[in-house]
Amino acid sequence: MLATSARTPARIKPFQSTSTALPILSVQHLTMHYATRRGEVWAVDDVSFDVARGQSLGLVGESGCGKTSVAISLLRLLPDNARVLGGHVYLDGTDILALDERDILRVRWRGISMVFQAAMNALDPVYRVGDQIVEALQAHFETMDKAEARRRVADLFRMVGLDPALMDRYPHEFSGGMRQRAVIAMALSCQPDVIIADEPTTALDVIVQNRILKQMRAIQNELDMGMIYISHDIAVIAEVSDRIGVMYAGRMCELADAVDVFERPMHPYTFALMSAFPSIKGERRELKTLPGEPPDLMNPPPGCRFHPRCPRATAVCQESSPSFEDMGDGHFAACWHPREVDNEGA
Amino acid sequence: MKERRRVNGCSKNGALVTVEGLRKRFPVAAGLFQRAHGFIHAVDGLNFEIHAGQSLGLVGESGCGKTTTGKLLVRLHDPTGGHIYVDVGCDDVELGRVDVAELRGKRLKAFRRRVQMIFQDPYESLNPRRTAYDTVVEPLAVQGVGNLAEREERVAHLLELVGLTPASSFMFRFPHELSGGQRQRVAVARALIIEPAFIVADEPTSMLDVSIRIGVMQLMEELAHHFGVSYLYITHDLAVARYMCQEIAVMYLGKIVEQSETEELLSQPLHPYTQALLSAVPVPDPRLEREAIEIRGGIAAPIDPPPRCRFYDRCLIADDACRDADHPPLEDKGGGHMVACYKV
Repeated sequence: MLATSARTPARIKPFQSTSTALPILSVQHLTMHYATRRGEVWAVDDVSFDVARGQSLGLVGESGCGKTSVAISLLRLLPDNARVLGGHVYLDGTDILALDERDILRVRWRGISMVFQAAMNALDPVYRVGDQIVEALQAHFETMDKAEARRRVADLFRMVGLDPALMDRYPHEFSGGMRQRAVIAMALSCQPDVIIADEPTTALDVIVQNRILKQMRAIQNELDMGMIYISHDIAVIAEVSDRIGVMYAGRMCELADAVDVFERPMHPYTFALMSAFPSIKGERRELKTLPGEPPDLMNPPPGCRFHPRCPRATAVCQESSPSFEDMGDGHFAACWHPREVDNEGA
Repeated sequence: MKERRRVNGCSKNGALVTVEGLRKRFPVAAGLFQRAHGFIHAVDGLNFEIHAGQSLGLVGESGCGKTTTGKLLVRLHDPTGGHIYVDVGCDDVELGRVDVAELRGKRLKAFRRRVQMIFQDPYESLNPRRTAYDTVVEPLAVQGVGNLAEREERVAHLLELVGLTPASSFMFRFPHELSGGQRQRVAVARALIIEPAFIVADEPTSMLDVSIRIGVMQLMEELAHHFGVSYLYITHDLAVARYMCQEIAVMYLGKIVEQSETEELLSQPLHPYTQALLSAVPVPDPRLEREAIEIRGGIAAPIDPPPRCRFYDRCLIADDACRDADHPPLEDKGGGHMVACYKV
C-alpha cells in the first residue's frame, strides 16, 4: 500500500481499508464507461475496495449496477467500447491497468482468474474437458509436460469434487453442476492469487448450489487465495463472504464486514435490500418495497445516485455526491445521512 | 396475507380446483424416424385441491414437473390421464364444475375466461411489436367483452391498478420501452383484465431484481384480494413461496412428496427430500451456521422410472422395503401434513 499510494494522484485520497492484512488486490477509484450509439454509460464510477489473502469479498447489487463491469476491468477483459477513465488496480503491488497487452496475459489465470456464470459457454464443446485445462496449464507453465499437466488436472478434479475419471469426457456429458465444477477447476489450475466468481451458481438448483458454495469456500481457505464473489442474491453472499460490498448504479455504497452489513447497515439502499429479501428462516416479517427503479446510467441523477428512491434524501443529496468514507472500524459508506434509521421497523 | 379472501364463485366445499390422478408423459424420440423409445413421466399421479381465495405454492428443482403441471391446469398441455376439475363459478350456467381435459370449442373458450397464466420471462411473453394496450386488451377482444371505448377504459383502469400510472403514458409503449418490472406488471394486467377466478403464475418474479420483485409480489397479493383470485404459484424459491402461499406442495420427479400449510412445512419438514432441500437454501444471515442435510447424487430425468419411490436412489433412510414397494402414497401424517414416505 505504501508503494502504491505514491503513484496515486495527490488530490485523490488513496483508498485504505482498515483490515490489518496487507491486501493482495487493491482497487483504487476505478472509473469505467461504455460508449454506445445512444451515449455514454457510466457503468463504474469511483469504486474502491481491497481484498486480502484468504479473504472473501462479496459484491452484491442488482442487474446493471456494475458488478460484472468491475470484474472484467480487473481482468482487462473489456469489450472494445469500454474505456477505463481512471483509477488503479494493484495486484500484489503491480498496477494491472498500466500493463501492456503481453504482460497482462501473464496476470490472467496466474494472478487473477475468473469463474463465469454460464459454464456451458466457458467450455469448448468439441474438446474433452480435461484437455482444455491441460491446454491452459501448458500455456502458462512452458516447462510442464503433458503427463504432469494431466496429473495436476486429476488433482484439481478431486479438489472440486469431480471424479478424475471424467477428465476425458466432453462438456455435453456433464450435468450443469459438474460443468460448473470443471470451470472452477480450470480457474484454479494456475494457482491464482485472486479468484473472481461471477454468479457461479445462479443457474443451478439449491442443493447443487449449496455443495459448490461449500467447496469453493473450503478451497479458498486451503489455498489462501483472495476471492471476489459476485451475486445479486444476498443470501448467497451472506453464505460465502467475510466482507461485503454493496453496489448501486455504478457506485459502491457500502463496504464492511459481513456481519456489520447485515446487522448495522448504514446506507439506506443496503437497508432497503435487507428489508426486501425473503428468508425461510426466522419470523415471517413483512417485506418492504423500495419505490422506483434503478436509474438509467446513461443519464444518472445528479448528486447521490440513490436520492430519487431514498427515504432519507435531503437537499444536499440532490446536489452533491457523498464521498465513500470510513465511518469507523472499516465500515465504509457513501451517504450523507449514514446513521439515520429509516422507519419504525428497523 | 393469511386471511381468507373474498371468494369469487359460489362452490359449496370451497375447492376451486380439484386435481385427481393427473398424469403427463412426453415421448423420448430418437433415431431417424424419431420413434419413441421411452416416456418421460413428467407429471405422475398428482392429487391436490386449491380452495377459492387461497394460493398453493408448487415448489421443486428444475425438471420436477412443476411447469408441466401448471400448463396442464390451463390446458396448454393435454393430460395423459387423470382429471382436473375447475369450479368456474355459478354465474356461468353452462360451465359449472368442469373437467378441463374434456373441454372443446366454445366451452374451452369460456373456460379460458376464468383461468389465466402469468409466465416467467416478461421479455419473452410479451409480443415486441404490440403496445401495452394491445397486449392487455387482447383477452377482452377474444372474449368479445364490451365495445372499443369500454375496453380502453378498462385497460386504463387495470394499468393504473398494477401501478403503471398515469396509464395514458404507458398505454402505447412497446415492451422495449418498459423495464423488466413494468413488463411483468403488464403481464399481470393482461391476466387479470377478464377477472379470472384462478391464475397459474409460473415463476413470475424470478427474473426480476430484488428491489422490483417485492413490489410485483405485493401487487399480485393485493390484486388477488381485490379480485378474489386464487394462484397456483410455481417457484423454485421457497422463500418467495413462503410469502405468496398459504400452502406449499413439494414436487420431486413428477410426484408431490410433501404438502402442508406453509409455516408448518418450513419449520417441520418430514420428507427426507424436503429436509435436504430446505437445509440447502441459503439464508441472509452471516452468523447462521447451517447444517446441510446431505442426499446422494443428483436429479435425473424420470424416463420410464421403476415403480418404487422416486427418491429411493438418493435417500439416506430408504431400506429394502422402500426398494420393493410402489411409490408411497401421499398420506396425512397428522394435522393435514401430507407426506409420501414409508419411513415417516
